[in-house]
Amino acid sequence: MSTYRPEGLDDAFTQVAEPPAAAGTDGGPDVRLPALGAVGWLRWAWRQLTSMRVALLLLMLLAVAAVPGTLFPQRAQDPPGVAQYLIDHPTTGPWLDRLGFFGVYSSVWFSAIYLLLFASLVGCILPRTKVHLAGVRGRPPRTPRRLGRFPAQGGATTDDAPRDVAERAAATMRRGWSWLPFVPTYRVDVHDEGGGTWSAAGERGYLRETGNLVFHLALVGLLVSVATGQMLHYRGQALVVQGRGFANAQVDYDTFEQGSAFDPASLEPFTLRLDEFESRFDPETLQSRDFTAHVTLTEPGDEPQQRTIKVNHPLSAGGAKVYLQGNGYAPQVTVHDAAGEVAFAGAVPFLPQDEVYTSRGVVKVPDVSGGQAQVGLVGYLLPTALEAAPGLWRSTDPQPTDPLLVLSVWSGNLGLDTGVPQNVYELDESRMEQSVDADGDVVTLYVRPGETVDLPDGLGTLTFDGLPRFVALDLRHDPALPFVLVFALLAFAGLAASLFAPRRRVWVRAAPGTGADAGRTVVTAAGLARGDDIGLQPELDRVLAATLPDQDTPDRTTPRTARSTDAEADAPTSTVPRGTPR
Amino acid sequence: MTTGDLSTLLVWAAATAFTIALVAYAVDLSRVADAAQRRAAAKTAVPATVPAGAGGGAAPAPEPPADVPARSARAEGIARSTTYLGIVLLLAGIVLRGVAAGRWPTANMYEFTIVGVFVAVVVLAVVQRRRVIVFVGVLVMGIAVLALVLALNAFYIQADAVQPALHSYWLVIHVGVAIIATGIFTVAFAASVLQILADVRETGPKPVDAPRAWTDGMRRAVVGPRFAWVDQVPDARELEALAFRLNALAFVLWTFTLIGGAIWAEHAWGRYWGWDPKEVGTFVAWVVYAAYLHARTTRGWSGRRAAYFVFVGYAVVLANFTVVNLFIDGKHSYSGL
Repeated sequence: MSTYRPEGLDDAFTQVAEPPAAAGTDGGPDVRLPALGAVGWLRWAWRQLTSMRVALLLLMLLAVAAVPGTLFPQRAQDPPGVAQYLIDHPTTGPWLDRLGFFGVYSSVWFSAIYLLLFASLVGCILPRTKVHLAGVRGRPPRTPRRLGRFPAQGGATTDDAPRDVAERAAATMRRGWSWLPFVPTYRVDVHDEGGGTWSAAGERGYLRETGNLVFHLALVGLLVSVATGQMLHYRGQALVVQGRGFANAQVDYDTFEQGSAFDPASLEPFTLRLDEFESRFDPETLQSRDFTAHVTLTEPGDEPQQRTIKVNHPLSAGGAKVYLQGNGYAPQVTVHDAAGEVAFAGAVPFLPQDEVYTSRGVVKVPDVSGGQAQVGLVGYLLPTALEAAPGLWRSTDPQPTDPLLVLSVWSGNLGLDTGVPQNVYELDESRMEQSVDADGDVVTLYVRPGETVDLPDGLGTLTFDGLPRFVALDLRHDPALPFVLVFALLAFAGLAASLFAPRRRVWVRAAPGTGADAGRTVVTAAGLARGDDIGLQPELDRVLAATLPDQDTPDRTTPRTARSTDAEADAPTSTVPRGTPR
Repeated sequence: MTTGDLSTLLVWAAATAFTIALVAYAVDLSRVADAAQRRAAAKTAVPATVPAGAGGGAAPAPEPPADVPARSARAEGIARSTTYLGIVLLLAGIVLRGVAAGRWPTANMYEFTIVGVFVAVVVLAVVQRRRVIVFVGVLVMGIAVLALVLALNAFYIQADAVQPALHSYWLVIHVGVAIIATGIFTVAFAASVLQILADVRETGPKPVDAPRAWTDGMRRAVVGPRFAWVDQVPDARELEALAFRLNALAFVLWTFTLIGGAIWAEHAWGRYWGWDPKEVGTFVAWVVYAAYLHARTTRGWSGRRAAYFVFVGYAVVLANFTVVNLFIDGKHSYSGL
């Protein structure tokens, strides 16, 4: 049976079974010392990369390299944090930026580490898979000549014929679990060793190596599916006001990002309308308890359907999932200019700033009649307003029991015509002037639903018509999701099998006795396991007990816990402490 | 008294029971250390007296070395019974906490800690069932008492319902499995600490690798008579096997925590992986423990060196729970604590 071992793997399980000559392949001085050549160097580099030590190093590097992503703000998750960091650290910031510390997980060095790690993994796993596939079809290794050097031991003498003993041992090992009949535990061979000596050689636990390989290959599959998903995905955010609709087209999204291989034309044109939004809060702590968005979904060629979206319960539509990510109030206001024309009418989303939904927003009123100034109304919406002190209002409840709009007024040029994209939640005050009263104090408007107030400086009037809700929806489409899940679960199953399925070899030899035992049969047995296996000795005892039912107590020579991975091939019974550096 | 108050009271009672268990284990450990020290002293004293006695008849043995009881049965009995009592009290406290909140009690740091302590102590009780390894008892009980008191004093918040993002059966599965894994990692860590001590004593006073002054001093201290009790614990190899079995189990559970968390994140946050600080911490711990599993089978890295990976891994697990929750903003920051 051929074996493959990555450089540096310490594995007595295969080493013991092999003739010692095979173990001398690693690191010995080569007899032919001429130039290595390019191919030689490449082979050397590959062997280094696939060695256990380098894999270990890369794993630790990966762990260390992942840490800065939590210490520095990341562009992908927290762009304002990055901007703030750059302002606060004018000297170190740009350097950190250049070195990729604000995008650690897509940086060159992070990618290099995990790609090298995966290259190392593939280089190690593929040959092992080949060997394992051959091994799975193979037979258990022949009974070694000396059984005394294995971690689990057993023996007895009996009056039965050697051949019967070996056959019985083989039958015992072959017998499956009581709860899973028809599946043999051990693969067993019975050998006639000559001179009347018979032996049974059994091996079980191919699942252990299978699980190990499945785990590693599934990790590769996971990486590939995640990367494929990255290329084919799209993700968009849209703010939908109560009573309004939303169509799944790129123009309808507030933000939209897509993978390099995604075709925007393939977006399924379903529409979604927010009918109602329910929220529930704890009456005492005011913490949120439940959010439900009732929507009408119309998929192309289908009847409109009533659906709900909740946190943790996304809606599936058109191959995408629709998540409820946020909510708030969008005051419905109408602004008439000085000429009495409607300059603005609509619901303006105000973004909640705290847990009582003190919401900030901007109403931008363009000039519709000639000669009018543009108006910007900046301020807060308080869902339940309370005057804490004269002129000082705050919200006391996230529910809209007594809503109040508190606005200051700016006039001038909103900058809408500059061609520069604007943030709809911020007012560019550079070309505007704030309205003040006769004393020079800032004018503040307080408006309740249904009320109409005059704007200062004769700018017109403002009517607060109503208070619909809005929801922030997040749409994501990732065709690789099922693959990601399947590979993750495969990796999990493989890992569990590779750690918990015992890999054991058991040998039972029955030889005609000599000397005092002349005329009887001397039975010796040994067991070897991969890794630490406390069940090895009990299992050997069980096999012996079942093989020799009339024997009361098989004499156990070494009642110790089985262990093998660390043991020296030639002296597994030595008492060298495990931690001794070698 | 409300159900929530009763739960808190029960947790305090459990902390008290565990403190008694800790003291009992410590007394037992001191007995073990004492006996071991006396035995070591006797061993060195005997050769010195033999030449003198050779001239003037049989000299009396300085100490009866062999028949000193190595451990205190009474202390072990007390430790065991108070451990069981504490487990029952803590379980009752956890159940009542869940009743008071009207949900599964794994939603904040306080609940995570008390359930984690519960798991760690149950694992300890299982490990100690056959053979009492006193030092592991002292270390795990020490961590348990510390964690419980810290939870009661620093992490405590009123039992209450949770925000919409936590309304999911994954709160039971994902967080529950994470807690179980953390508890098992704790006991495995204790076994690894003991393994290193035993290993250093077995290796002897000679600095074999890295002959640096401070490690040398530490090594000499461990080899000295103060740590003679280490000779009473199972040998380094057995402890390593114990630590490995626990770590392997916890690692599989940790893997499930990662996968379950990703599935939940896909439902709740609209992405299965987003490098949230908690996700990164869990990932780093996973990678470190994976490195540990690889180190065990790498020539020259098994044994003591592999145990260092356990130290790093456990430190990451703890930091991922405390530092990431308390000082770093992320999507896992619920309820402030």
